[in-house]
Amino acid sequence: MTSVTTAPAPRDDVVEDTGARRHALTVAGLCFLAGVAAILLFGLTATSDQVSTLLMNPRGVDTIPDVELPTQIAAFVLGFGAIALGVRALQVVDPKITVFFGGALGLFALALVIWAARDGTGAFYGLIAGSVQRATPIALGAIAGLLCERTGVINIAIEGMMLAAAFGAAITASATGSLWIGLLCGILTGALFGAIHAVISIRYEVDQIVGGTFINIFALGLTSYLTVRVLVEYSHLNQPGTFRPFEIPLLVEIPFLGPLLFSQNVFGFVMFGLVAFLAWALFNTRWGLRVRSVGEHPRAADTVGISVHFIRYRNVILGGMVAGIGGAWFTLGSAGRFDQNMTNGKGFIALAAMIFGRWHPVGALIAALIFGFSEQLNDYLALLDTPIPSEFLLMAPYVVTIVVVAGLVGRPRVPAANGQVYRSGG
Amino acid sequence: MTAPPAEAPAAPPPDVDDPLAGAPHERQPGVAGALREVALGLIGPLLAILTALIVGALIIVFTDPTTLEAWGSFFSAPGTALADSWDLIATSYRALFDSSLGSQRALARTLVQSTPLILVGLSVALAFKAGMFNIGGAGQLIVGAMAAAWIGITFDLPQVVHLPLALVAGVIGGAVWGGIVGFLKARTGAHEVITSIMLNFVALRLLDYALSTDTFRRPGRSDPISPEMPASVRLPEPIDSFRVHLGFLLALLVAWGAWWLLQRTTIGFRMRAVGANPHAARYAGMGVAATTVLSMGIAGGLAGLGGTTILLGSTPRLTGGFFASVGFDAIALALLGRASPIGVVGAGLLFGALQAGSTGMQAQTSTPIDIIFVIQALIILFVAAPAIVRTVWRVKETRLGAGQRFSAGWGAQ
Amino acid sequence: MRVELRGITKRFPGVVANEDVNLVVEPGQVHALLGENGAGKSTLMNVLFGLYRQTEGEVLLDGVPTSFSSPADAIDAGIGMVHQHFMLVPVFTVAENVMLGVEPTSAPGVLDRDAARRRVLELSARHGLDVDPDAMVEDLPVGVQQRVEILKALYREADCLILDEPTAVLTPSEIDDMLGIIRRLADEGRSVIFISHKLREVRAIADTITILRRGRVVDTTTPDESDEQELATAMVGRDVQLVVDRSAASPTDVVLQVSDLRVRDERDQLAVADVSFDVRAGEIVAIAGVQGNGQSELVSAIVGLRRPTAGRVELDGADVTGANPARMVELGVAHVPEDRQRDGLISSFPVSDNLVLNLTGRSPYSRGIRMDRRAIRENAERLVQDFDIRTSSIDAAVGTLSGGNQQKVIVGREMSHTERLLVLSQPTRGLDVGSIQYIHHRIVEARDQGLAVLLNSSELDEVLALADRVIVMYRGGVIGEVSGDEATRDSVGMLMAGARA
Repeated sequence: MTSVTTAPAPRDDVVEDTGARRHALTVAGLCFLAGVAAILLFGLTATSDQVSTLLMNPRGVDTIPDVELPTQIAAFVLGFGAIALGVRALQVVDPKITVFFGGALGLFALALVIWAARDGTGAFYGLIAGSVQRATPIALGAIAGLLCERTGVINIAIEGMMLAAAFGAAITASATGSLWIGLLCGILTGALFGAIHAVISIRYEVDQIVGGTFINIFALGLTSYLTVRVLVEYSHLNQPGTFRPFEIPLLVEIPFLGPLLFSQNVFGFVMFGLVAFLAWALFNTRWGLRVRSVGEHPRAADTVGISVHFIRYRNVILGGMVAGIGGAWFTLGSAGRFDQNMTNGKGFIALAAMIFGRWHPVGALIAALIFGFSEQLNDYLALLDTPIPSEFLLMAPYVVTIVVVAGLVGRPRVPAANGQVYRSGG
Repeated sequence: MTAPPAEAPAAPPPDVDDPLAGAPHERQPGVAGALREVALGLIGPLLAILTALIVGALIIVFTDPTTLEAWGSFFSAPGTALADSWDLIATSYRALFDSSLGSQRALARTLVQSTPLILVGLSVALAFKAGMFNIGGAGQLIVGAMAAAWIGITFDLPQVVHLPLALVAGVIGGAVWGGIVGFLKARTGAHEVITSIMLNFVALRLLDYALSTDTFRRPGRSDPISPEMPASVRLPEPIDSFRVHLGFLLALLVAWGAWWLLQRTTIGFRMRAVGANPHAARYAGMGVAATTVLSMGIAGGLAGLGGTTILLGSTPRLTGGFFASVGFDAIALALLGRASPIGVVGAGLLFGALQAGSTGMQAQTSTPIDIIFVIQALIILFVAAPAIVRTVWRVKETRLGAGQRFSAGWGAQ
Repeated sequence: MRVELRGITKRFPGVVANEDVNLVVEPGQVHALLGENGAGKSTLMNVLFGLYRQTEGEVLLDGVPTSFSSPADAIDAGIGMVHQHFMLVPVFTVAENVMLGVEPTSAPGVLDRDAARRRVLELSARHGLDVDPDAMVEDLPVGVQQRVEILKALYREADCLILDEPTAVLTPSEIDDMLGIIRRLADEGRSVIFISHKLREVRAIADTITILRRGRVVDTTTPDESDEQELATAMVGRDVQLVVDRSAASPTDVVLQVSDLRVRDERDQLAVADVSFDVRAGEIVAIAGVQGNGQSELVSAIVGLRRPTAGRVELDGADVTGANPARMVELGVAHVPEDRQRDGLISSFPVSDNLVLNLTGRSPYSRGIRMDRRAIRENAERLVQDFDIRTSSIDAAVGTLSGGNQQKVIVGREMSHTERLLVLSQPTRGLDVGSIQYIHHRIVEARDQGLAVLLNSSELDEVLALADRVIVMYRGGVIGEVSGDEATRDSVGMLMAGARA
């Protein structure tokens, strides 16, 4: 063999316009924006003698002292913290710098929370606990979505699946008088709708977005129809009651986190359990490896003897079941009755959380907590008479999701085969 | 030609393929051929509608308490159960028909109902042609209606100026909302389904907010409802005894315009090319990004106009959630009309009739209006999955054509 | 393992892909399956691997009739297949890809990654494959990815190995390594089926050669009994004229000047590193190289489909760096794209529309925004005639045409408007011999009319037959330039492998 030369080395005196650099600039810019906004909106509008008090305990408990902060200084510190994150983002040109933006946004939110409580008392524990509450159905829906999408089946029908399950759970729990049977029926309803989605997208190869649209409209139409037709007349079929919270002994004694995480009803525990289990199982079990292979490269999975369709059917039905738990939360975990269209877009927020969380269970949970927080912030601010129209806070999850899918802060990596019909050989 | 490359039969279908192009290019010559073509093309949608109505009937029967009781004693009195069921279906669908087409008044209601459906349906259809799934009709029509309402409330002008101005504002409002989706897709590759779902909710919140401000809220009231639009922006009803406003005529005109744009102009050619194969369009120097923004802008404008015709026609007040459901109905009817302007007009008339009729049906038989949405959902399913209809009716494959694909997965960019 | 295919016929709706194929592969042998694109080689192997079910005939393993309903059955029976398009999950590690489907577990359902990793290391060492089990597959060069595919088969203890066009994406030196690995695998007693359309490799490695044409076996022979010309004739079905009839070039002014061009690919990796060259009117300049060495990105940047990150592109002395494709068409540049299905045509549109795909904005095909349907039809009728495009009608969807005729639609369209520079990427890939000859003839004709022609081809034969000058690319840079007269298989091949002459 003759000598093999190495690749022609590029000259290093050429300035290039690369994507990574633009990305870093965007992230840094957004961090600066958050920091400057915190300083201008909160730091400069507070006076130096104002003090914010944050309550750190649930009602009737005082394991840790409440926090008192000088409003103005806190806002300045948090604002400059966000700016510092922006500076740091410019120094490390790395695809993962998106977390810097998340951090800056978090600091901004904290500044808002402290500022709103100036010369007053903010229910900080209540804010966080309420966020966890509101995050529960969102996280469950997001998990339902990612179970489907990790195998390459798009699921925009989380809303419809949850709504149908909420109805099914309410009516059976009322009829049998057992919340557990109601929950079971909610799960089965979810499984049924999951199976419908699976059959129309896998067996009939219907465009998965069209199929999802069908399920959403169908579930809304059917539950509304049945509500008017049945529940109005037989109102005893719409009194399921709700699951009571229970505590896990010892763990609940942990300050702040104890009551937050270990005193909940069954839905909260199931949600955290599922997130933890799936975060492990997707990456460390045979099931997870096969699921991900089918979502990324179904033909590769097929050629090593894995049945693509079986894996997809199974996961879409599993996803439906998880959506069923999420749906039952509305009737059995929260409201104690069924109302028309009571999911009211939560399924779409769950879809957003799945995307924002990059198809990872922990990411989905974090996203759900953020979205839950932006909803709960309304109540918190309303108690403090803060003049921010609630509509804009309620918009936040949607706007944040648009920012994320637009790749302004790093494009999420989608399962490669998502939405594609798979046919094995003839 | 010898055997195709061996990979071909197993390869998955191309992501984006113009689902509606096959037929027109191999048209048989002559009027007879064309008629035959039309007739064959109608079989699929008609069977889908029929199947959906039958399933709807089953749902009506098996959720009606009295009829259910009759079925409970089916073995002792089978005749009663069957007769009761038939009665129920017959009176329900009869009432549906009577209150949609049974009288001149009913017909007028149907035409008025179908006006926004046609316009928003055209929006979805046009986006389909350009390769995008516009699930954002709801948001676009809300923003369009808000813009028109603002013109209507704020200004005091003679009708010749005020009405056109309000209509244009509606179009612009919707076009901006749709244009954002197109811009995000063109510029960053963000999937239009996700962004437009999100923008739907943003629009709803924006409307809630607007209705809480003094600009839009009715003076002296605290509930979220705007004052009635002044007469100078209302769509006139040219025939005294036939209460159909000009919006319907406008919708038909716009449908013709959409057809002309798509089939006869370079802009339409570009839109269809981008929809059928964005790679080839890019290679051919078509400015895929600009075409995408333009397509979604036009689509949004059509939806905005649809919302505006509701506001300036049948329901002259903005309220919370203002007719957002029309955005979803539009998806169903665009599918049913196979994304062609003439098909959308036909499907829009059908859906208009269903919706106009459902009110009468609820009044006369206590069958809730919501059954219409169930039927619409089923129509989506049966149109999108002709295989199901084929199985039910045992029709040969070629008659109905293959299923349609309208969008690529999140990942495909 | 002795593999026998007996009377295999495979029909798809409307097409017979294989007809009455008989084939015997002995243990310890490399059996080559030779045939043109579309001859039915891959279909036959997909039958053997359980991906397709044969319409007629039977498969015998060590004399026992066997039937597979899925690849899982074939794998269980000891058959391993390395597909032409790699069946690897890009975001998985090597070990994850190798164990997929036969995962070792520590507890029920729980992956035992250590066991898999150890096994990969051991197999990799034993067979000289040199693969890191923890590397992410998407980060590996194609040559290594292919070895991962072989590892997958070995991990499953395959006794019969099917290799579908394994050398298509490799450099000449990687090909030598690969042939060595294949020989060793056979010597250990496995039966190997080697699919290719490259005569030289087949003669170098095979013990037995079976030639397929139009789905049928036309000959079974050995390398000693046949020479390349005979094999080629059997494969194609008639005497092949490998040489294009052309006179010497008479280049004039510089039309295209590329200076220090730098281009990045989708993943922001440097694909073209500071490349400079020129093309004059009246000459054919070929870019040669193993696929994936930056040629595609270079061409994309020249025709305006990809923005260079540095450097200049000049046309007739004017700077056109980063101009969009529409502008390039206006300036008289035509481009026959590499992937005709994806970039060159809209398969659902009629032939007539495809013949003006990038010209609709100009006269006579439109006035203002109105398209002139009659002008478009007239153009289509003329080009269909001129370029001998076989179609039922100019209104037929272009997707219904054969590959050769689809390519003629593109070539016809591009030649109808080019005034200065004609850029062709892989213009004859996957076509039948008749179409290849026709298109070669038109390319030479374009040159003789005074156009500058830039040909990007990874088919060495095509480069040698057409080029007046050959530029060889290796890992994103120009590694050498050879004049058409001096260009030989050896001189260009060495450069393609990265060895400076």
